[in-house]
Amino acid sequence: MSANKIRLPTFDTVLNTFAMWFLAFMWALPLLYAIWTAFHPAAYETNFVWNAPLTLDNFKSAWAAAPFARYFFNTVLLVTMILVCQFVLCTLAAFAFARFEFPGRGILFTLVLLQLLVMPDILIVENYKTIRALDLVDTIVAIGLPYIASGFGIFLLRQTFMSVPKELDEAARVEGTSFLGILWKVYIPLAKPTYLAYGLVSVSHHWNNFLWPLIITNSVETRPVTVGLSVFSAIDAGLEWSVINAATLMTSGPLLIAFLLFQRQFVQSFMRAGIR
Amino acid sequence: MKPLGTLRTGIASMALMMGMASTAFAVDLEFYFPVAVGGKAADTIQALTDEYVAANSGVNIDAVYAGSYGDTVTKALTASRGGKPPQLSVILSVDMFTLIDEEVIMPFDELIETDDDKAWLESFYPAFMENSQTGGKTYGIPFQRSTPVLYWNKEAFAEAGLDPDTPPATWEETIEMGKKLVKKDSDGNVTRWGVRIPSSGFPYWLFQGLTTQNDVILANSDGNETYFDDPKVAEALQYLVDLSTKHEVMAPGIIEWGATPKAFFEGQTAMMWTSTGNLTNVRENAPFDFGVGLLPGNKRRGAPTGGGNFYIFAESSDEQKKAAFDFVKWITQPAQAAKWTIATGYVAPGPATWETEEMKAYTADFAPALVARDQLEFAVAELSTYENQRVTAVFNDALAAAITGAKSVEEALAEAQEKADAILKDYR
Amino acid sequence: MMHKREWIYGWLFLSPALVFLFTFTHYPAVTTVISSFFSTPKGRRPAKFIGLENYQALIQDDVFWKVLLNNFWFALGTIPISIGLALLMALWVNSHLKGKTLSRVAFFAPTVLPLIAVANIWLFFYTPGFGLIDQFRSGLFGLPAINLLGNPDTVLAAMIVVAIWKEAGFFMIFYLAALQSVPPVLKEAADVEGASSFYYLRKVLLPLLMPTTLFVSINAVINSFRLVDHIFVMTEGGPDNASSLLLYYIYETAFKYWQSGYAATLTVVLLILLSILAIGQFFLFDRKIHYK
Repeated sequence: MSANKIRLPTFDTVLNTFAMWFLAFMWALPLLYAIWTAFHPAAYETNFVWNAPLTLDNFKSAWAAAPFARYFFNTVLLVTMILVCQFVLCTLAAFAFARFEFPGRGILFTLVLLQLLVMPDILIVENYKTIRALDLVDTIVAIGLPYIASGFGIFLLRQTFMSVPKELDEAARVEGTSFLGILWKVYIPLAKPTYLAYGLVSVSHHWNNFLWPLIITNSVETRPVTVGLSVFSAIDAGLEWSVINAATLMTSGPLLIAFLLFQRQFVQSFMRAGIR
Repeated sequence: MKPLGTLRTGIASMALMMGMASTAFAVDLEFYFPVAVGGKAADTIQALTDEYVAANSGVNIDAVYAGSYGDTVTKALTASRGGKPPQLSVILSVDMFTLIDEEVIMPFDELIETDDDKAWLESFYPAFMENSQTGGKTYGIPFQRSTPVLYWNKEAFAEAGLDPDTPPATWEETIEMGKKLVKKDSDGNVTRWGVRIPSSGFPYWLFQGLTTQNDVILANSDGNETYFDDPKVAEALQYLVDLSTKHEVMAPGIIEWGATPKAFFEGQTAMMWTSTGNLTNVRENAPFDFGVGLLPGNKRRGAPTGGGNFYIFAESSDEQKKAAFDFVKWITQPAQAAKWTIATGYVAPGPATWETEEMKAYTADFAPALVARDQLEFAVAELSTYENQRVTAVFNDALAAAITGAKSVEEALAEAQEKADAILKDYR
Repeated sequence: MMHKREWIYGWLFLSPALVFLFTFTHYPAVTTVISSFFSTPKGRRPAKFIGLENYQALIQDDVFWKVLLNNFWFALGTIPISIGLALLMALWVNSHLKGKTLSRVAFFAPTVLPLIAVANIWLFFYTPGFGLIDQFRSGLFGLPAINLLGNPDTVLAAMIVVAIWKEAGFFMIFYLAALQSVPPVLKEAADVEGASSFYYLRKVLLPLLMPTTLFVSINAVINSFRLVDHIFVMTEGGPDNASSLLLYYIYETAFKYWQSGYAATLTVVLLILLSILAIGQFFLFDRKIHYK
């Protein structure tokens, strides 16, 4: 491969490099703009000069203007709750589909797959009625309930579980391990990349979900970050981009940094999980 | 479906048990309030509520910040349908018919006992009461109210050779001055427009300024009839369209509400129409000398009112109703209303409030706050009907279609009237 | 071989997930259809059976037809471009180009940012006069201000750009994972044969990536019906419903106009659309990826 190093870049490579840089710059622009406005006074929202004074006031006023700490806490609680429930429910269901034969399996699996397209996001009207009947309107649990049995999760885990060698399963059975024991000791360890990949998709989706939480919550104690941000920016007075963007960075910052740091691992877990 | 049924009873009984934990000593009130102008308003409401509770030992008020106006009405309606309504809430004045239609609120008249009560009910600006009364009864008490006003850039006026202290008083003057205020760069592109009347989201509100000035109302006080196809409405809409297409003093297309103050600060427009709710924002951020004035008139001066009213919910005990009534009466007294107005920029609901020492000191320091009061003399009810959101949406669509040139003014308005008639026919 | 004990276990493990799946997907899908034949309850007046009245209203509702057409253009605009860009991004990031790590970060960032928040930033980009696009246009080319969101002819395209920006980086991850598992031998063999990069891409890579493309396209189709957050901030569906999509219209009907009966009717249309797509795609899925 040493020959590659001394080879001059071809025209093709140069073109591709510049095209990539251009697109990357376009893609980064909104984030760059958010960072710019958040750290400069409002007068520089539309005025990009290199010597604009830096400030942290926007973060201070965003922090003072809305209970972002609470919104952030609600979101973390929500995302964790959904993730844990999804892991438990989807694991059990996927295990049932992959390991057992029972009447109605084919039909039930089709019904599970149906949720890949008919997702709860579009059934807001009827789900709202159900949540009201359960007397759970305006609770964090209500935001998560429609999502905790995920067709996508069951499908993915079933795929992974089906690739577990039968011999491992049988060996454990011979030793007298219970079904739950086999699931715990044989299947789940082998499916780690799938859990990671699925977890990432789930966390980023529910962290950013807006429509259903908007409908089902209406108080500070339950609102996730997304709804909090929309309430915060939808005021009678004009838009203050500097403060809104400071709030955005504050609330998405941790997730953003985590994802950017571990990107390579994500791609690998996607690869190993067979999501490709 | 057995599993669902079991789950439902299980979770419901759990919720029931948790609900019973709170026990009542005195009169307990739940009070929902929205905030549409940033953080200060919530703190002020909380402080006023605490002050009242401290002075009235027999009453306990749980003030709940319910989010935007939309959130608050949703929350109140949902809670009512679930059998646990608040006793008191601040909700948009235009939602009155919806709340009546849903049978959740009660008229204040039933709670009026003394002459003092009667005098109190008479103490508000008539313009605010138009949106609070129907069928001879009072359902709302004005509190969180606003009105649109004209802001102008004095420096731009001086630069264009106009008197910086005299804003346009008529439609004609708006065009004349606007033409002088429009500034173009060497490429012939406009860098400063004469006037900016935002038309995104809820264009009907500012447009109602124009219709009122043209001496026409958009809906009757029973909330079941609209007059969208009135020739005077068409005339007003044609004027709005002409501002950008014919006279070229306003930017073409739909103009974003949220970006309007920023456009004003950036010198992109010399005048803007927007809510009094922006007074504090403009005062803090405008990098030039600015003026605040009444909206210009045509056949007459005019503007709509906006914002929220207090409502008392029907499904409360007699003690709760009485306590809620007493609280509303207290918080709208001049001393409290003055604190509220100064903290938030909302228009004080009655003339007496402006006579308090605090308000006098405030307006002496910041005279533009008086403009809103002076305009109330000419103000009318904000467009409000049964099925309010649907009817205003139909009207907003028509305005957008005319402004963007997709439909002619007459065609758009005739269609809107037809749709509104179809929606409202059940309420006649 | 089907032991009795086996299927009791099967059912046991399956039931918790099924309870929730049925409660929040299948049960509401069925009641949506039922609700569409009823009027909306108001105050103490309960919902009453009105037959096909809601469907008649639907056919006469020009807003519905407009929104449906918008959604069609939105899907047509977002799906192919976001998939194409995702593939291009993945190829770049997977190559030996300079700055690919930083580029990958840039491509991926939109996935993590909430659309509801970045919509405010896009609103600024599109603002006529002092917005970023206009500063660029007038600063470099002396062009007049352009009101992209305030014009019914351009607003939907402007929204499509936002959706593509949001989605492409997410899809890139799937392509990247697939590309990294392509054996390097294939590329070497192609090089030895003297095949051009383009030939290699078309004849070797694309067929290998077919399952990924299918998976990603299903996601893209779903998103074209689900992605409405930006509408709340940027246009509220305006001007005159030119940027409204089906799900946003359902939201407005149900939670702003309080017409739950009619909202159910609109949801039925969405369900039918998705079922048609489901049938079509599961057939494709079935042939390409066997899940036995």
